[in-house]
Amino acid sequence: MEFVESAALVLGSAVRLSVPLLLACLAGLWSERSGVVDIGLEGKMLAAAFAAGAAAAVTGSAWLGLLAAILTAIAFSLVHGFASISQRGNQIVSGVAINFVAAGLTALLGQAWFAQGGRTPPVQGDARFQPIDLPGEVAARAAGGFGRLWSEVVSGHNILVYLAFLAVPVTWYALGRTRFGLRLRAVGENPHAVDTAGISVAGLRYAAVVIAGLLCGLAGTYLAIAQSAGFIRDMTAGKGFIALAALVFAKWRPVPAMLTCLLFGLLDAVAIRLQGTPLPVVGPVPVQVFQALPYVLTVVLLAGFIGRAIPPRASGVPYTKDR
Amino acid sequence: MSKFVTALFLAMAALSAPAAAQQFQPAILYDLGGRNDKSFNEAAFMGAEKFKKDAGAEYRDFEIQNDAQREQALRNFARRGQNPIIAIGFSQAQAVEKVAKEFPDIKFAIVDMVVDLPNVRSILFREQEGSYLVGVLAAMASKSGKIGFVGGMDIPLISRFACGYVQGAKATNGKIEVYQNMTGTTGAAWSDPVKGGELARSQIDRGADVVYHAAGGTGIGVLQAAADAGKLGIGVDSNQNGLHPGKVLTSMLKRVDVAVYDSLKDAKSGTFSAGVKVLGLAEGGVGYAMDDNNAPLVTAAMKAAADKAAADIVAGTIKVHDYMADKKCPF
Repeated sequence: MEFVESAALVLGSAVRLSVPLLLACLAGLWSERSGVVDIGLEGKMLAAAFAAGAAAAVTGSAWLGLLAAILTAIAFSLVHGFASISQRGNQIVSGVAINFVAAGLTALLGQAWFAQGGRTPPVQGDARFQPIDLPGEVAARAAGGFGRLWSEVVSGHNILVYLAFLAVPVTWYALGRTRFGLRLRAVGENPHAVDTAGISVAGLRYAAVVIAGLLCGLAGTYLAIAQSAGFIRDMTAGKGFIALAALVFAKWRPVPAMLTCLLFGLLDAVAIRLQGTPLPVVGPVPVQVFQALPYVLTVVLLAGFIGRAIPPRASGVPYTKDR
Repeated sequence: MSKFVTALFLAMAALSAPAAAQQFQPAILYDLGGRNDKSFNEAAFMGAEKFKKDAGAEYRDFEIQNDAQREQALRNFARRGQNPIIAIGFSQAQAVEKVAKEFPDIKFAIVDMVVDLPNVRSILFREQEGSYLVGVLAAMASKSGKIGFVGGMDIPLISRFACGYVQGAKATNGKIEVYQNMTGTTGAAWSDPVKGGELARSQIDRGADVVYHAAGGTGIGVLQAAADAGKLGIGVDSNQNGLHPGKVLTSMLKRVDVAVYDSLKDAKSGTFSAGVKVLGLAEGGVGYAMDDNNAPLVTAAMKAAADKAAADIVAGTIKVHDYMADKKCPF
């Protein structure tokens, strides 16, 4: 029973840690499925986190923080879109630029507005997304054992966590089962065919990067005012890049993306739990092993051990009409 | 020929210009995290501000945005004839060493690291002594008999905090269990409050009811997680009791402000000495914070125990283990 309870605690922690990865990963999925490589996930998340922290601190409302975050992330997305869709620039360069701009701008504005070393003031109460207790929470907690699975893993998260997991089936349906999704995927595979059919390639790609911005906005909000209580400089700490690794690992598909992010979250949670405790047989395992695992797994995948990861064919290629 | 001599004189005059600028023009270079980090750098800023008020001396300061700026900023200060130049943080060591060699006439000071040069004062703290005291308080405040520690980057300096804390806690309650976590192995470990919160939460889930952090910006998340769970956090470096009044048991004070103030004072009065200077409890370099925010949390008995431990450490009857001496923690 005690094992089940610790497992429940680790799984709960894994869910909380995987949410920003999942949202960023889905953002990357939308963008790349349409043919726009998005290495700027990290920057957009960071900018969104700053906007959420700043707006929530000033207005005292978590929802206004969320709105500000989404608008900010979409604005950054549109910059990326303008550079890589309208101007047909190099998408990697544009994405890297977004990461730099976000890192510098958030620190600068944070210092100029709040004068706390680039942080936003800590927020409390309504300015944060609070945990929601699902029905049966108390009874399940009291029951212990498998009841803890309900109280720790399923219940007691904030609304953004549930939204993130809801975004998975929505993405799956929208991309795989709707006309819009079919066209969007086609634009990522063969934009010429879509163009020949009289559908705007640029329009679809812009729609995709805006959706990516929306999801990055949710991710940043989660980091700043749900999981923590304010923005801190560079608080994304590389999550945007792990999300990209997860996207490759999941081979650009929504449900595997969720599973991969949960796996990466679990690795993180296990690393936290096992730090300093010796394992049977092998003895104490350096934490770095777990920290490196997401990247190692991705490299192993890319080397062809777990099947091939084939990106959308037109991803990274700006679309130019034939003459 | 006469032209050549004039040129020579001019060159010599130009070379000796820095020497002429040997007045008191102090400068401070903060570490990543910035002047108002509510922690380490802010303590340095407080010390400089206090000196400015007391002595009426203006100073320059600079907040770096990335590692590459360290050397550049120090050299800029030195070229302008700023003297002394105080660098805050162990990460500045390489830059200080390089620039101090180039400007042997300028006095440098560095906090948290040793740079062995004739014009550099290295200021170290016996963090283990302050950590011992908050360990005593944590052990007495804990009802579950389990307490936690969250460190920032996994470096010997932070293990030193952890070891002193464990020793203090175990000396108070031999059966106490201490969970220890480090946030990471890179500089990002100082600014990852999400991970810090998750680490603290994992310790709290396992029964810890007091969590001490030595993790810079990451610690904001640690204190937040403790406050959210209705448990107690312990702050570090500056007085962080006010971040969550009533939820922060105390703060381990590392008097960087005192170090900065004293260095400025010595430089002004001409008694600035190079070499290693270690500040512990006896020198008032470390301690624990008491104010209105945590007064209801610290009982008279707890305060008495901590003060007695402090007196014993100063007297030498309690020896606090220094992790950095042998890279081991025997507790």
